[in-house]
Amino acid sequence: MLDGEPRVITAGAAVLAEALDQQAVPRLGVDWRPPLPGTSAALAKVLADPARQRANEVAVGRLLSARPQLVGVRPARDVLDLPERTFFHAGPPIDWERASGPMRGALIGAALFEGLAADAEEAERLLVSGSVKLDSCHHHRTVGPMAGVVSPSMWMFEVVDGEHGGTAYCSLNEGLGKVLRYGAYGPEVVERLRWMGEVLGPVLAGALAVSGPMDLRSLIAQALQMGDELHNRNRAATSLMVREIAPAIVEASPEHAAAVLRFINGNDHFFLNAGMAAGKVSADAARDVPGSSLVVAMARNGTDFGIQVSGLGDRWFTGPAGVPDGLYLGAYGPDDANPDIGDSTITETSGLGGFAMAAAPAIVRFVGGDVSDAIAATRSMYEITLAEHPAYQIPGLGFRGTPTGIDLALIARTGQLPVVNTGIAGRVAGTGQVGAGLVSPPAEAFTSALAALADT
Amino acid sequence: MTSDLVEVRAGVYHDSVSLMRISQALSSRPGVTVAVVAMATELNLGLAREVGFEIPETGPSDLLVAIRADSDAALKDGAEELDRQFAALARGGGSGGAHAESPPRTTRAAARAWDASLALVSVPGEHAFAEAMDAIDAGLSVMIFSDNIPVEQEVLLKERASERGVLVMGPDCGTAVVGGAGLGFANVLRPGRVGVVAASGTGAQQVTCLLDHAGAGVSHVLGVGGRDLSAAVGGRSTLVALAALDADPATELIVLISKPPAPEVAEVVRRAVEGLATPVVTALLGPGQDDLTSAAEKALRALGLDVPEWPSWPVPQRAAPSAELSGLYSGGTLCTEARIIAGSGAFTDFGDDEYTRGRAHPMIDPTLRLEALGRASGVALLDVVLGHAAEPDPSARLAPAVREACERGTAVVVALVGTESDPQGMRRQADALVTAGASVFTSNAAAARHAASLIGSAL
Repeated sequence: MLDGEPRVITAGAAVLAEALDQQAVPRLGVDWRPPLPGTSAALAKVLADPARQRANEVAVGRLLSARPQLVGVRPARDVLDLPERTFFHAGPPIDWERASGPMRGALIGAALFEGLAADAEEAERLLVSGSVKLDSCHHHRTVGPMAGVVSPSMWMFEVVDGEHGGTAYCSLNEGLGKVLRYGAYGPEVVERLRWMGEVLGPVLAGALAVSGPMDLRSLIAQALQMGDELHNRNRAATSLMVREIAPAIVEASPEHAAAVLRFINGNDHFFLNAGMAAGKVSADAARDVPGSSLVVAMARNGTDFGIQVSGLGDRWFTGPAGVPDGLYLGAYGPDDANPDIGDSTITETSGLGGFAMAAAPAIVRFVGGDVSDAIAATRSMYEITLAEHPAYQIPGLGFRGTPTGIDLALIARTGQLPVVNTGIAGRVAGTGQVGAGLVSPPAEAFTSALAALADT
Repeated sequence: MTSDLVEVRAGVYHDSVSLMRISQALSSRPGVTVAVVAMATELNLGLAREVGFEIPETGPSDLLVAIRADSDAALKDGAEELDRQFAALARGGGSGGAHAESPPRTTRAAARAWDASLALVSVPGEHAFAEAMDAIDAGLSVMIFSDNIPVEQEVLLKERASERGVLVMGPDCGTAVVGGAGLGFANVLRPGRVGVVAASGTGAQQVTCLLDHAGAGVSHVLGVGGRDLSAAVGGRSTLVALAALDADPATELIVLISKPPAPEVAEVVRRAVEGLATPVVTALLGPGQDDLTSAAEKALRALGLDVPEWPSWPVPQRAAPSAELSGLYSGGTLCTEARIIAGSGAFTDFGDDEYTRGRAHPMIDPTLRLEALGRASGVALLDVVLGHAAEPDPSARLAPAVREACERGTAVVVALVGTESDPQGMRRQADALVTAGASVFTSNAAAARHAASLIGSAL
């Protein structure tokens, strides 16, 4: 304890730090600032809980050790607790009344796709009347990108955690532009969904039956080293996925192989949904550890940004969803943007996406400039995470593991909110995607969860 | 009237994000109403056609430029901006990967980023627990300078520290010397054989400075916090500190300075002391017990050294027969000691919470104390504590105030705690204060006795 040359970390008064500098004592200063307003009492209580540290070790240990495997592609009605005339949606629970444009558009599209209505007007009347039940994807081991609407006839990636045995689901990615998840519901959207249900889903299911499970943990680890951050860039992961499954597709369904491979190949984000299910199954493994301040879900419904916490069961803590700051497609601009939407923040929750920005120099301009900003974004996330992922590594940071396991207490202490990469949906139902960028979550989602944890 | 520019650049590739940035830059030019700069994918072609551009035959490996402006001049300006943007893109934006790391925001992050041996926490008391626990969890000993930490938090920190085999110094620990590094308010002491464990800051400073005057140096000075020997805390840090000094080859004598402990804790500490290989001198402060000066003298005798005359510079002084004694202190332990020795008088500890809320400790900012000195009549007794982090030249402001007080007929007595090696220089400070008319003592006990004698108090 008293051996060796003293090397001192200083947090607090500058005069005491300067006194060490005058003595030439090696020193590292903490850039300490007061915690988020109104969190002091809750922080003191949560930090003083002697069980907390162990609880967080257990929870984040489960998140890190999860081994997500893509085992199948199956219709939602067969695998989910999803009766007819029930739709799941992204984010915390919401009703039609409070739903934003793209959420309403996607619900209309799903009603058309399920044949519950002949046209958009009828679909809207149906949804307004409340005769279609809505529930949050997260309540059903499911995640969905953007509006995240899941209806019984949609086909789902089925991902199993080989370590802890959990299962999670995510829909199949439709591509970019005018697609359901961005709130578009035109004939081409419904037509594509139909093809996905009739051809894409069954073909992928047959191929997986031939190839056996796909190891998503190792695929994600490789994609990170190839320049993906697995939220706004999935090009490497999609390529790896195609390479792995293409022979089985050809073997299982020679008559549809070309169409299916062309479809996947035409969409750099095809892997996103499988990656999201991998994130969901990993984060779910960390749920329900009493006393743990680990965030196990961050999700947006286009109106609210909500989080769930390991030690707080299925309760949601929400704040208003922000409008992303980003770059716009074509002639679209910030006025066309809807507030933040989608369950794809499960990537950040599991140590990817904005948290792995330093791995994806190809898209760093989303963060407003150059590679150093991306590195700074990732570095800042080490401040609010409990661990570094043993498999998900960033070559440019000396193969350091990605910052993984968001801790409520560290967010309150540092005031540093999670960095979230995201697509931007048009605010008017039916528009589709208008851009992509970064969004900052509302602090009150985290501070209200911390207060609740202090009360447990 | 509007003008369109539509151009396909075959085989030119840029990533979509770079291109969206360029589109954005163009759209913000005056007069430019729409700008689409994108790879010619179906999606992007559709977007361009939707806003009415006439697009020639092209494919996804080509780059599409479509700009609309409300005048030819604005369109030309837009085209020039496009060239600048592409030129910038070709140069490669930004500073690359060599980005300096921003400073850590928590002690936890600092401990992960750097191979530290201990942490010094001086954030406001209500926030200190988190930083201190970070240090302990990282296996670092921690000095908590902060005060106002609830005793339950202190117990938690010290329990965890015992499990991790590290030491918590404090809370409200004003001084420590570890491996030659002075932490907090720390005097520059000669290195030596004496290891000190002390509950209080200025108490440890007094004892170690007197040892220094006598030629005895210190190995380490470990503060444990004023509540460590209470029943609630149970002497946890005292026990760890004693064991650490016992294991330290440089320490040949341990000096334990504290107020009398809670009876059950006294027994635990006594047994721990008996189990040590290193001899221990225990000084218990309080009425009828040791004072700090006698503690230093006990230590010197245990080391086999002579007890010197403690340096002092008394000047001829007298006070009116009915004069009052005002004790104006910055050090809490020094204040208590002087009050006990003087037996009467009005004593104020300006280092106490009620005087430090919203302002710096009086060892850094003497304003309140100087104001009080300006009002004092009869005999004024005050301490001046030197060392790192203390005022760089305390006599600069104090000496004129002393002179003024003397001219008013107030007798001023100073207890000067410091060493010649301190940044302020003990002799230089003593000279300035004596010249201004104060009697100066390096022993606080001696200063208090002198002040008491001036008002004819007992002792």
